[in-house]
Amino acid sequence: MFAKEAQPGFRLFFLVVLAILLMILDKQVSTFNQVRAALSMPLLPLQYIVSWPIQLIDKTRTIISSHDALVRENLDLKAEQLLLRAQVQRFLAIESENNQLKALMRSSTQVQGKVLVAQLLAVDTDPYVNQVVLDKGSRQGIFIGQPVLDANGVMGQVIQVGPLTSRVLLVNDSHSGIPVQVARNGIRAIAIGDSYSKKLRLMSVPQTVDIKSGDMLVTSGLSQHYPEGYPVGQVISVVKDPGLQFATILVEPSAHLDRSREVLLVWPSKTVLKSN
Amino acid sequence: MIVQTENWLIIPVTFLIAFILMLLPMPDWTAWLRPAWVLMVLIYWTMTAPHQVNLGIAWIVGVMMDLLNGTLLGEHALALTIVTYLVVRMHARLRMFPLLQQGLSVFLLVLLYQFILFCIQGFIGELPSSWLYWLSAMTSMVLWPWVFNMIRDGRRRFRAASL
Repeated sequence: MFAKEAQPGFRLFFLVVLAILLMILDKQVSTFNQVRAALSMPLLPLQYIVSWPIQLIDKTRTIISSHDALVRENLDLKAEQLLLRAQVQRFLAIESENNQLKALMRSSTQVQGKVLVAQLLAVDTDPYVNQVVLDKGSRQGIFIGQPVLDANGVMGQVIQVGPLTSRVLLVNDSHSGIPVQVARNGIRAIAIGDSYSKKLRLMSVPQTVDIKSGDMLVTSGLSQHYPEGYPVGQVISVVKDPGLQFATILVEPSAHLDRSREVLLVWPSKTVLKSN
Repeated sequence: MIVQTENWLIIPVTFLIAFILMLLPMPDWTAWLRPAWVLMVLIYWTMTAPHQVNLGIAWIVGVMMDLLNGTLLGEHALALTIVTYLVVRMHARLRMFPLLQQGLSVFLLVLLYQFILFCIQGFIGELPSSWLYWLSAMTSMVLWPWVFNMIRDGRRRFRAASL
């Protein structure tokens, strides 16, 4: 009787130690990421099962949407495309001019890489983990640290790659940090995520700095992870409390982190910093 | 002793359903309301079949949760193992409780589970700052009678099918 009682206690101790060991390994050893990716493989079908009905609903909605609605949408899209094309023409001119100027300064970081469109798997996570799962993996050449964008701005970076899927850490996760600069005056800062408010905060910005609410933040390209010049977010509040060492600056991410279904994966091919 | 003619396939099936419910995308405002589905299924099985489902299964299920959720590997495993240990120790008593009292115990167990996760989250530096975090224990308690009856009915139907 007594021996039988002692058994689960020992097993509890053993399993608790094993779990703690696993946590330490996962947190401290960076190569453990591959073990994680391998272990996630068998669970892949589960993620597809969950995401399948949502995609089915989307598809049926497209199928049963009326002819009129489609024609209207088509017209809208054509108009939008025309508008965007016009803008792109101007943008191309500016870009080539910019590249020329940078070439003159001999410190260029040109981004003109390959781009791939991926879809999100509709999978929820814990409220305090801001990650998403993509339906593309190492077979499509995705690598760890790769930047992920949507139509409106930077979404995050790839942190785990499996053969068929990959996991993206969104910019508003508390583990994420992204180097940014203010588009108006080029002040640099690092924006870290705040998992609970789903926003970003600027880290260690002095009280005297010239950042106003409404300022646009773009990637500064200093991290070598994110390409330069993509919108990250807009400053929504600047609180300068004299009692604190730094200003508290909140940023609303410009990417639709909770709504985008299609994302862009970017290969920053020519991000070699040339300096004298 | 009753001769066990049960089809034990129902155990992985219920866990699979719990995993799907855990991952199913829900509207944003329900983020904190999601009950601890996996833990509830685990409590049910450790309570009614402690020889089939116990600490080892709890640990493996926890690691699977971590992999699916993208959380630190082992944190759910640790929390589930400790809670399951308590359920194993009390399974005879829990089984005798009326549903209401069982629900109350589930409330406390989920609270303990969340407290362990809360501590681990604190260690790695992302503490939930919202009190809504603890709401999940409430919803788990409210849904417990329903989960209990669902699994029991499913079990009976499975047994009938396998005979």
